[in-house]
Amino acid sequence: MKHLLLATAACAIGATAAMADVKVGMITTLSGGGAGLGIDVRDGFMLAIEQSGRDDIEVVIEDDQRKPDIAVQLADRMIQSEEVDVLTGIIWSNLAMAVVPSATAQGKFYLSPNAGPSQLAGRGCHPNYFNVAWQNDNLHEAAGAYASEVGYSNSFILAPNYPAGQDALTGYKRLFEGDIAQETFTQLGQTDYAAEIAAIRASDADSVYFFLPGGMGISFLKQYADSGVDKPVIGPAFSFDQGILQAVGDAALGVTNTSQWSKDLDNAANQAFVESFVAEYDRLPSLYASQGFDTANLLISAMEKADVSDQDAFRAALEEADFDSVRGDFRFGSNHHPIQTIYAREVIEEDGVYTNRIIGTALEDHADVYAAECNM
Amino acid sequence: MSAILLIEQVLNGLQFGVMLFLMAAGLTLIFGVMGLINLAHGSLYMVGAFAAAAAAAATGSFALALVAALSAAALAGVLIEVAVIRRLYDAPHLDQVLATFALILVFSEGTRWVFGSFPLYLDIPDALSGPVTLPGGIQYPLYRLALIGVGLVVAAGLWWLTQRTRLGMQIRAGKDDREMIAALGVDISKLYTLVFALGAALAGLAGALVGAIQSVQVGMGEPVLILAFVTIVIGGIGSIKGAFIGALLVGLTDTLGGIFLPLILTVAMAPEAAAQTGAALASMLIYILMGAVLVWKPTGLFGGARPA
Repeated sequence: MKHLLLATAACAIGATAAMADVKVGMITTLSGGGAGLGIDVRDGFMLAIEQSGRDDIEVVIEDDQRKPDIAVQLADRMIQSEEVDVLTGIIWSNLAMAVVPSATAQGKFYLSPNAGPSQLAGRGCHPNYFNVAWQNDNLHEAAGAYASEVGYSNSFILAPNYPAGQDALTGYKRLFEGDIAQETFTQLGQTDYAAEIAAIRASDADSVYFFLPGGMGISFLKQYADSGVDKPVIGPAFSFDQGILQAVGDAALGVTNTSQWSKDLDNAANQAFVESFVAEYDRLPSLYASQGFDTANLLISAMEKADVSDQDAFRAALEEADFDSVRGDFRFGSNHHPIQTIYAREVIEEDGVYTNRIIGTALEDHADVYAAECNM
Repeated sequence: MSAILLIEQVLNGLQFGVMLFLMAAGLTLIFGVMGLINLAHGSLYMVGAFAAAAAAAATGSFALALVAALSAAALAGVLIEVAVIRRLYDAPHLDQVLATFALILVFSEGTRWVFGSFPLYLDIPDALSGPVTLPGGIQYPLYRLALIGVGLVVAAGLWWLTQRTRLGMQIRAGKDDREMIAALGVDISKLYTLVFALGAALAGLAGALVGAIQSVQVGMGEPVLILAFVTIVIGGIGSIKGAFIGALLVGLTDTLGGIFLPLILTVAMAPEAAAQTGAALASMLIYILMGAVLVWKPTGLFGGARPA
């Protein structure tokens, strides 16, 4: 498996180790339940590298199996024996917390294509750590703001009982101006939501907010649609990304979700990205693919301005974020996390494929709340 | 907490319980009759769900999807019994655990190889979709009622099979004394393959039925497997009746605990803290139940004396 991936990576960029000027270590989830996310990040990232036509980037790809201990071992090997310059790829916040602080402390750059735990945005921020996706709370804050804007005044909110789930509900409540009918924590990996749906039916809420990434969201939405409860549902993009919508089917139609990216965002970079992704991989890109694509383009933009061996110059080049992000306007805040617009989307069916369409703006130029705690 | 909500939650617990029974029945038969710990039982559940999703996508028929799930899981069961499991009956439990764990990895990556990493679509048939209104004004999804019905029918069928048929007699005899029924001329190796296929088919059926309301994805079997093990330990290993009672107990405890514990805790705590603590405690409840049952009855509710 590992050799196959390495071979694929090497073919994709047509480079040999001897010529490579920047060596990138990608640790991401390629097997097990969360593999769809890692595969999308990898494919988006490799597409951007291929399109750049550069032969001075070598990418080493390894599978963390969604396990923190394996991610740490891989990072150690990449830093010590592979001697990579830049690390990237981690999907899950608990894995990022295990890998990022030690990698940046050893003088490596880390570009996060997904996980954005609050610790790394606030007190634990580091000059060599950049998040290209979002701080974890962002999409939830946007959902809270959007729910208030469309006039919901009483929400039933639920999320799995683990750190990112707790952050999600905190984020939603931060910008939601209405009341909370009930706050429910489910088990991580729970697949049957009949009990929660019964409680939603019995409550006096006028809206439902849920953060249930991956398979959990598929189960919830199918069961919710079949239950006959008709309170409107809002969620972050994670439960409605391109990879899982086809499995949810009709049950997702019309559901509102918040995202910093959407397939129909009207800018040249995005149109080119969607078109080339479909041509290359024969499927529509997801949010995660867009983040992988942007991460690679950020790296390439910095390589054009500075040499990676000159850390200060390379860091300054990264801070400029001088690339055409597929999400439109993009810049880094003082803590190296995005300041970006977050949109509200709804799920539609288009030519027999379920996908998202932008219906409004949830938050303009939004930055995270932890930046003030970051001293670097 | 209204009576309607309470009844709805009890129905939810029952539905969860009977689906768990389909998994646990196969597991307990295989452990009871052959003395084999089969960790790959969750993979057979996954095989059933994927076969159903593929068949439903190809034919559009849910009935055909169920047939595909049953036959694919039974076939996979026969295949691994003949190729791998047969060599393990006399091996220590540790070897069995290692080999069947390896089978989980083979099935997971094999499924990913064939179907890809993204979850598949499988929906409930139109005839069973949407809620129905029960007496007393309770709105309840028709499909979940159907699941309860299927579970009860399978339970009755298994009882009949084990208690009233010649095959059932052999299964029960095989559980008590393997050497003796072999000596009496029963083809023990054929019997084992048959029992294994039966257990696999039940797991596949559960996978397909539950897959329609959950997500059909790689790794979906392992969380259920753990609950199924808890169920058979509570019910007593090898006992179909124990698996049935155990499954209902686990289903009801898990569902009702998840709802009522946070509510009870709000009496003493702030709502947010009560929600978090309640959820954490609720996830432990079935293990506490298992511990309590084992203290009271070390071989489970309906387990006889442990075979040596």
